[in-house]
Amino acid sequence: MMRIYADNAATTKLSPAALAAMTPYLTECFGNPSSLYGEGQRAKEAVEDARMRVARCIHAAPREITFTSGGSEADNQAILTAAAIGRKAGKRHIISDPVEHHAVLHTLKALEEEGFTVEYLPMYENGVVKAEDLDQMIRDDTCLVTVMTANNEIGTIQPVRELGAVCRMRGVLFHTDAVQAVGHVPLDVEADMIDLLSASAHKFHGPKGTGFLFTRTGIRLEPLIRGGAQERGKRAGTENVAGIVGMAKALEDAVASMDENGKKLTALRDRLIRGLSEIPHSALNGDPEKRLPSNVNFCFEGIEGESLLLYLDDHGVAASSGSACTSGSLDPSHVLLAIGRPHDVAHGSLRLSLGEDATEEEADYLIETVKEAVNYLRSFSPVWRDLQAGKRMYIL
Amino acid sequence: MALYSEKVMDHFRNPRNVGVIENADGVGEVGNTVCGDIMKIYLKIDGDIITDVKFETFGCASAIASSSMATELIKGKPVAEAMALTNKAVAEALDGLPAHKMHCSVLAEEAIQNALNDYYEKHPDRKPS
Ligand SMILES: Cc1ncc(COP(=O)(O)O)c(C=O)c1O
Ligand code: FES
Repeated sequence: MMRIYADNAATTKLSPAALAAMTPYLTECFGNPSSLYGEGQRAKEAVEDARMRVARCIHAAPREITFTSGGSEADNQAILTAAAIGRKAGKRHIISDPVEHHAVLHTLKALEEEGFTVEYLPMYENGVVKAEDLDQMIRDDTCLVTVMTANNEIGTIQPVRELGAVCRMRGVLFHTDAVQAVGHVPLDVEADMIDLLSASAHKFHGPKGTGFLFTRTGIRLEPLIRGGAQERGKRAGTENVAGIVGMAKALEDAVASMDENGKKLTALRDRLIRGLSEIPHSALNGDPEKRLPSNVNFCFEGIEGESLLLYLDDHGVAASSGSACTSGSLDPSHVLLAIGRPHDVAHGSLRLSLGEDATEEEADYLIETVKEAVNYLRSFSPVWRDLQAGKRMYIL
Repeated sequence: MALYSEKVMDHFRNPRNVGVIENADGVGEVGNTVCGDIMKIYLKIDGDIITDVKFETFGCASAIASSSMATELIKGKPVAEAMALTNKAVAEALDGLPAHKMHCSVLAEEAIQNALNDYYEKHPDRKPS
C-alpha cells in the first residue's frame, strides 16, 4: 500500500544534505563555540558561516540574525522585545489578528494581563487581512503589529508587504511569524519592510529545535534566556551548532529550488482542490490563490475529523484536522472559527500539506482515499442522515 | 505508545451493529456539548430482552468504538442490565480510553439510557415501578 506523508505543515523530513552538513558537528567538530582553542573556533566559524547564509536567504545582514530553539521562542522574543520598547515609550497597544499561531496569541494574552491592550484585525471568509483595516486601527500608542506571513492551518498568505508599508509609514514595529513561509515563498525583509521575523528549521527540511529571529538593526532585543554571551548576549546557552548548520543548509537548498517546487506543488494543490471539491457538501477553507503551494484544507459536512484522520492513517495517509476531538483541549480550531466556519463544520476539517516530492499519482490516491473515508463516515453519521432527510439545513 | 488500545481500533475499524432500526421500540440521541459529537441508539425490545440494537455516531474514533462496544454489551441482555450499563464498563471493555476521551464513553451510556426512556414513554405499562 502507498504511504503518503501529507502533514508537512506539522513538520518535514530532514533533508539528506542537511544531515550531511550536520554530522561533522555532532562528531569530530564537537567543540564549544565559546572556547578559544581550535575545536571551539571551528565550531564558532560554522555558526557564523551559517548566520551569513541564513541572512542572505531573506536579504538581511548577518548581525540581524539570532539563533533560537525554534519558531515559538522567536515569536515570544520578538513580541516581548517590541512590548519592552513600547513600555519604555509609554505605548501599550498591540495589533494582531485572530488566526495567529498560539505562540503569538498566548504571548499576547500574557501581555494583556500586564496591562497591554491587544486588538485583532477583522478577519474575512478567505482568511486574509486587509492593510486598509490596519491603517485604521493604528493608534498613537501602538507599539507593535504582529501578523503571520502564512497561516499554518489554512495556508493563506497575508499581504505582508502592504502591512509592512503601513507600519513603516506610521512608525510602528512590524513582526511577522514566517514559520510556514520561509523556504516556501519569496521573502525579503528589506522590500517587505519587516522589522522582526520568526522562522523554524523543521518546516523546511531542517532539524527540529532550531530556528531564528531576524531583528532589524537598531532594535534592541530583549533576552528571554540569560546567562551567557552567546548570540551577543541576546540568547544565552551553548549554541546548537549542528542544528544551526543543518538549518542553514536546508534553507539555502529550499530557497534555491523554491520557484521550481512552488510551481509543481501549486499544480498538485489545485488538482487536489478540484478533486476534493467533487465531494458533495464540502468547502475549501482559505483563499484559493493567496495560499501556500503545499496547503489544502477542506471541511466536509456531517463527519468528524479525528475519525477521518484515523481512517486515512489506516489507508496510508498521514494528515491533520482542526476538529475539537483531535485537540487535547477539545477546542475546535480557532482559525476555522475565525473565518466563519461554525463548530459543526469545523469538526469535519482536513488539512493536507504536501511535500516537495509529492506526485500526481499520490494526489490522485489522496483524492480517492479521502472520498472513500468521507463516504464511509457519512454512512453511519446521524448528522448526515438528518441533513439528507431535510431535518437539518446544510451549511456547506 | 499509540493513542488508542487495539480493542478501540478494532471497534473503530469494524464497528458492530452499525445502522438504523426502522420502527425501533426506543431511540435515543445525545450530543456532547464539549466537543460537539452526536450519538444515536436504536433498540428493539421483546418482552424484557433487547433483541436488537443499532447505532449511528458522528464523532471521534473513541466515540465510534464506545458506541460499538456498548451495543455489543447490551445486545440480547435484559433491559435492566442495559439501564445499569456505565461508561466505565464500556471504557474497561475497550481496554481503557485516554483520560481526555472518557467523555466519549459517557455518550454511549447516555444514548442507551435515552433510548430506554423513550421506550418507557412509548410503553408506560412496562416501566418497572
Ligand atoms: C505559524 C507557526 N508559528 C510557530 C510555530 C512554532 O514553531 P516551533 O515548532 O519551531 O516552535 C509553528 C509550528 O509549529 C507554526 O506553524
Ligand atoms: S466524542 Fe468528541 S472527543 Fe470523542
